[in-house]
Amino acid sequence: MNLMMLLEMAAQGFGERVAFVNGDESLTYQQLFEAAGQAGMRLRDGAHEHVAMLDVSSLALPIGLFASAWAGKPFVPINYRLSSHEVEGLVSRIEPAFMVTDAERIASWSSRSEVELEARQTFVDRACKGTSPVENDWPMAPDDIAVLLFTSGTTGTPKAAVLRHRHLVSYMFSAVEFGSAAEDEVALVTVPPYHIAGVISVISSVYAGRRVVQLPNFNARDWIDIARRERVTNGFLVPTMLSQIVSELEGQDSANLPLLASISYGGGKMPQPVIERAMALLPNTKFTQAYGLTETSSTICVLLPWEHRAAGASDDPAERRRLTSVGRPLPGVELQIRNEEGRALPPGQRGEIYVRGDQVSGEYVGRGSVLDAQGWFPTRDAGELDEEGYLFLEGRADDVIVRGAENMSPGEIEDVLLRHPAVLDVCVVGVPDEHWGEAVAAVVVLRPGGEATADELRDCVRNQLRSSRVPQFINFASELPYNETGKLLRRIIRENWAAN
Amino acid sequence: MRSAVCATEVVVIAAPDNSVALNCGGAPLLLEGEQVGEGLQLEASAAEGTQLGKRYTNETGDLELLCVKPGEGTLAAEGVALVQKGAKPLPSSD
Repeated sequence: MNLMMLLEMAAQGFGERVAFVNGDESLTYQQLFEAAGQAGMRLRDGAHEHVAMLDVSSLALPIGLFASAWAGKPFVPINYRLSSHEVEGLVSRIEPAFMVTDAERIASWSSRSEVELEARQTFVDRACKGTSPVENDWPMAPDDIAVLLFTSGTTGTPKAAVLRHRHLVSYMFSAVEFGSAAEDEVALVTVPPYHIAGVISVISSVYAGRRVVQLPNFNARDWIDIARRERVTNGFLVPTMLSQIVSELEGQDSANLPLLASISYGGGKMPQPVIERAMALLPNTKFTQAYGLTETSSTICVLLPWEHRAAGASDDPAERRRLTSVGRPLPGVELQIRNEEGRALPPGQRGEIYVRGDQVSGEYVGRGSVLDAQGWFPTRDAGELDEEGYLFLEGRADDVIVRGAENMSPGEIEDVLLRHPAVLDVCVVGVPDEHWGEAVAAVVVLRPGGEATADELRDCVRNQLRSSRVPQFINFASELPYNETGKLLRRIIRENWAAN
Repeated sequence: MRSAVCATEVVVIAAPDNSVALNCGGAPLLLEGEQVGEGLQLEASAAEGTQLGKRYTNETGDLELLCVKPGEGTLAAEGVALVQKGAKPLPSSD
């Protein structure tokens, strides 16, 4: 198995279709296949062990990903927003490497790592204009590493998650139907290459035969303009992006996006008001929520369009709450909620989410596999299932607050506070406490013009949850720290609390 | 796996617990690296062809092959031709 199988199929099945568009440049599937071959032969003959990409989305991304597969070398996208010190730390872990980046960065590069740099445009030009003889003989060992992805490191040093060809190919075969995209389908992809969703969107679009328009730097107005101009039918977003698009559309005369047939979102908690407003603004758009992790080759659960509609149209609060669920597992994925002793829990009880399936890697460079003997991966995400099998996320298992002997999830307290009309955003963390071990602390962002006192908010929690959940400390802030893909950085809040 | 008598190549997506004999074009499918036997030819009775990207399944549904290269032969398990699966919508976010 090799990712190149998928691109070869696409080139054979619909080679003349446009595959990727970036600004004025584009590639058909056949052109992408040939470019991957040219770049792949170069990379195969080089002495480098990894192919890195420290860059925004461009045509170099699909070429680099498939060329690496052709050459049998791991592809390593790196977060271009990191400081040069952090980048240096990651690059030193993959040397000797070939790395594609932007020309400006090459000019100021001062790393001592063993890395050969090439500017994005040079890489693309050499791949597209190359005329070297090419053999279609990529390695087919399913255990070869396709992609190394550094996790976002919200809890510490980034780990290098290993995704082998068999994980990614299995995911495509179980989740996507070959050539299933209609000829007029166009996806607008704004997720960066260093995020698992950015990598997967390349592969799944190729396998489905869907044209991808890349938007390297997201802002809501550009997104809407491009969606209209490029006749975009599918959007892939993280919740904070959808939230900004909703606000932008609400400020315009009309939310006119008639061709936008679907929006897929994931990668963070979607606030219920945002998805409700989005569904009201775009009544003809189908919404799909995806939940997954880098270590699971992305999506493991989906909340489908009909489930959004059913939940959104319901007057029953339990059914309506399903809008905040991440849905049910994909066919190839098994899922369990387990307690601390590792026993599977029934619906309605919180615990850690465990998953198993062919697409689940659960392996890191230098640490090996963290799967148990039966192949289960502990996600470190906390959650619970309802009676119908819908999964509700409750934050990271590490975020659980232990007050006295009682475990509580920040999510349940945050959900109550978010329903207060003056509250825009909130983060609840456990802070050290001499008496209880940990105390409940909340940082609250009020809506513009909204007013609420700490005591009023405490009453709000006391009226709906056990008294142990009432925050001992409440601070007000103008905003909460998120990373650029919409993950709330609880670690920062805990550190700030400790420092003050 | 690949056909011994035509261009067909398939990937096994699902397989039953017991072993099954898989054919394409009337000859056993070959594993990676396996050599083509001598004198094998596409059988006229098993030449309906395979289509790129399509899934093929048996009657019980516990076997599923995905065609990654099309060819002229008919896929079969235990002597019974496999049928092409209709593209059912997958619950995908992609």
